[in-house]
Amino acid sequence: MDAIFLQLLNGLDKGSAYALIALGLTLIFGTLGVVNFAHGALFMLGGFCAVSVQKLLNLSTQVKDESIPGLEMMVDLPYLQVWLGETGAQIISFAVPISVIVTIPLMLLVGVVMERGLIRHFYHRTHADQILVTFGLAIVLQELIKSFFGATPIPVPAPQMFSGSANIGEWLGMGGGVSYPWWRLVYFCFSTAVIAMVFAFLQFTTFGMVVRAGMRDRETVGLLGIHIERRFTIVFGIAVVVAGVAGAMYTPIVSPNYRIGMDFLVLSFVVVVVGGMGSLPGAVASGFLLGILQSFASMNEVKQLIPGIDQVIVYLVAVVILLTRPRGLLGRKGVMED
Amino acid sequence: MMNTLEKQDRWLLFGFALVVLAGPLLLKPFGAGYPDLLQKFCIFGIFAIGYNILFGLTGYLSFGHAAFLGIGSYTAVWSFKLLTMNVLPAIVLSVILTAVFALLIGYICLRRSGIYFSILTLAFAQMAYNLAYSVLTPITNGETGLQLARDDLRSVDRLFGVAIQDGIPSTNFFGLSMVGYSGFYFCAVLLILSFYISMRITRSPFGLMLKAVKSNQNRLKYTGINTRSYALTAFVISGCFAGLAGAMLAVTDPLAGADRMHWSASGEVVLMTILGGVGTLLGPVIGAGVIKYLENIFSSFNEQILNSVFDFLPDAIQHPVVTFVGLFVGEGWELTLGVLFLVLIIFVPGGLMQGLQSLQRRIFPARPTPAADAARGAH
Repeated sequence: MDAIFLQLLNGLDKGSAYALIALGLTLIFGTLGVVNFAHGALFMLGGFCAVSVQKLLNLSTQVKDESIPGLEMMVDLPYLQVWLGETGAQIISFAVPISVIVTIPLMLLVGVVMERGLIRHFYHRTHADQILVTFGLAIVLQELIKSFFGATPIPVPAPQMFSGSANIGEWLGMGGGVSYPWWRLVYFCFSTAVIAMVFAFLQFTTFGMVVRAGMRDRETVGLLGIHIERRFTIVFGIAVVVAGVAGAMYTPIVSPNYRIGMDFLVLSFVVVVVGGMGSLPGAVASGFLLGILQSFASMNEVKQLIPGIDQVIVYLVAVVILLTRPRGLLGRKGVMED
Repeated sequence: MMNTLEKQDRWLLFGFALVVLAGPLLLKPFGAGYPDLLQKFCIFGIFAIGYNILFGLTGYLSFGHAAFLGIGSYTAVWSFKLLTMNVLPAIVLSVILTAVFALLIGYICLRRSGIYFSILTLAFAQMAYNLAYSVLTPITNGETGLQLARDDLRSVDRLFGVAIQDGIPSTNFFGLSMVGYSGFYFCAVLLILSFYISMRITRSPFGLMLKAVKSNQNRLKYTGINTRSYALTAFVISGCFAGLAGAMLAVTDPLAGADRMHWSASGEVVLMTILGGVGTLLGPVIGAGVIKYLENIFSSFNEQILNSVFDFLPDAIQHPVVTFVGLFVGEGWELTLGVLFLVLIIFVPGGLMQGLQSLQRRIFPARPTPAADAARGAH
């Protein structure tokens, strides 16, 4: 019982990342009709925003080491700690949450520039061309990051407050057997909040209403005198921001390197297809579902039953879904269904 | 046999064969005239030609062709281990086995089209890749990769009493060594053969059917034609080419690793085909050549070479220029590839072939042909 509950929890953080990326992919696909292969690269870009912020906060100067009296030793100490003392150290340890604040405007800018500068010219081209141009962009972004940050993963620590594990089992009265890293719990809550925010934005604001109308019937909305393209550009920006913050917050869980985005992207596509192309709730649901399935499949008992299942489960589910129900779990009838 | 080809095509084939066979001489000035790299040009040329038969003709964008490359490699190495070091059985077995796998995977994937087809092929390739790394380790030898050993079985070789030398034996084609220039010419002949086959397919009624699948599948269905069987045949043929290329990789270097099946390898062949020109005969080969050239030559440039190249500039300019160009060479060769690819997709979606053609048209404006005159007269 404990083991099953633990696997459920383990699936949640990966599922959260899948859900966030898939949500962005679906937003872009639903509004602009573009399959964005660069979305994984944007996730990675977010991760490296966190890396840069962490590096920036850790800019150091040489000061005299006073821990051993009488010895002339110089040690590196971050400026923030020199200026603000203990508060500075606290700020440095909160590098990742701070980086989220930096990431939001930065990624919004990246998204808007990307849509206006590049993607816009591809609306009248074929789907294959759209896939290829975003794929090319992903390569360029990836290689730029590689040339600046190198190819090795860069560890980014979680805030001191959230290091260690939460004893979830005890809270729920299941005994002390189940503990779960704090930061993963934070990540899950964070992604739930982001998802809720995106849905609330689309559901309860006038802007969101117009966007939803545009997703249904772009032409009619345009005829009503609404500049739907501009709204869609902003939606694209929001999708990019979602991918960016997902990447930034994920850094303490997996140290980012330039390839992390692509690894996530391939799985996220599977997630989107399973959930149903163009269905936002579908993307979120199947993100969590596949994350949890993946972690269940990696249990020893299951692996003994069907060897290798942990490696292929996600793809297997995708194949079965595509063959039996091509519109996906929650897809609308007739959307990309051939 | 050649009489079904048009005169123009015969010249194209002849010219292509000439250029490929003269490859060592022609590419020497570019620093690519050594057999190892030339072999790679040929092998990936074959891979891309095969891919183009599927993507170029039918328009089905497969993101899983690397799986067939990997299957071909593994089969070939197993044939070296169990049967003989002669490459002929290895190649034949690889092609047959990949054909079987392509038939199975293609049958399932082709039930869907468009983006769904891409995702399905990707899913199968990733499954193959993940399994090769985990459960199939007894067959694939996991991360180390499948290698030859001194005490391999090699039953056929033993049967014919082929002397076993010290160390690991090398691959051969009835005694012809597969390293160095003889190896290159072996690959070159196969490349020319592949080119010929792809030309025949493109020009045949079957090729026209495939093009019809690309341009309007629905209309074709309305006329009572089962398009799926045509697409499946194209899928299997292109899978066979990939298997052949995989076998050739093992022939030139008897080692097979799962990384050959990674989705990025599938992405690479898509890049090659697009870069050269989708649906053209020569394009994929050119694309493969360009990418392998970038990978091998550009990546070997380092700061020292750059400094000597830009030595004529004043120091103040030299340093920034070297730093900037340094981004694109050496480790960053993939950045050059990405930028080149982006520029092509944006401005010349037809790839290098289209670029060359429009360049040719600009330099030598076409003389009005009688057909064009007639067309103009009709308006």
